[in-house]
Amino acid sequence: MAIEIVQVVGFGLIATFLILVVNEQKPVIALAIALVAGAMIFLFIMAPLQSALELIATLSGQAGINNMYIQTLLKIIGIAYLSEFGAHIARDADQESIAAKIELAGKMMIIMMAIPIFQVLIETVLALIPGGA
Amino acid sequence: MAYDVNTIFQIAGIGIVVAMIHTVLKQMGKEDWAHWVTLIGFVVVLYMVATIIDDLFQKIKSVFLFQG
Repeated sequence: MAIEIVQVVGFGLIATFLILVVNEQKPVIALAIALVAGAMIFLFIMAPLQSALELIATLSGQAGINNMYIQTLLKIIGIAYLSEFGAHIARDADQESIAAKIELAGKMMIIMMAIPIFQVLIETVLALIPGGA
Repeated sequence: MAYDVNTIFQIAGIGIVVAMIHTVLKQMGKEDWAHWVTLIGFVVVLYMVATIIDDLFQKIKSVFLFQG
């Protein structure tokens, strides 16, 4: 595990220098390199992350937490990561407005995902109030 | 790593070679050919990028439980 961070950092540095070299002639291809490098680093960290997430799911199952909550949480993390990835790529290409819109869409999606949990929370609170609801 | 560092070098190499061909063709006065070369190089790079991005999205879908 410890040696792999060296690989990731080295990979990132190589990609950075290649982008600097290519950026002089072809900025579009430099952007493509940035995109591929980001995707590869993420794919690289995916395998350990997957086992960690499976562990979290197993533990929450043993603790008797409803599977829906963990699933929603994971989906929110996924949405946050994806929108961040897209927004950073757009920002690298100096398209600040598109980046802002991508982030806005991500926030909207996260709110949509969280609505069922809010509903359950409010219902629980209402059930606790004596004589309420 | 799922992919090699080679892919990055390939894309950078395509970029440099295309820039070189573009410059040479421009010096020869064949502007339209130079633009076609740039476009084709861009399409090839875009294909490689799209393959890897598709992989990334599939992986995110499977890890973050999006399938459903």
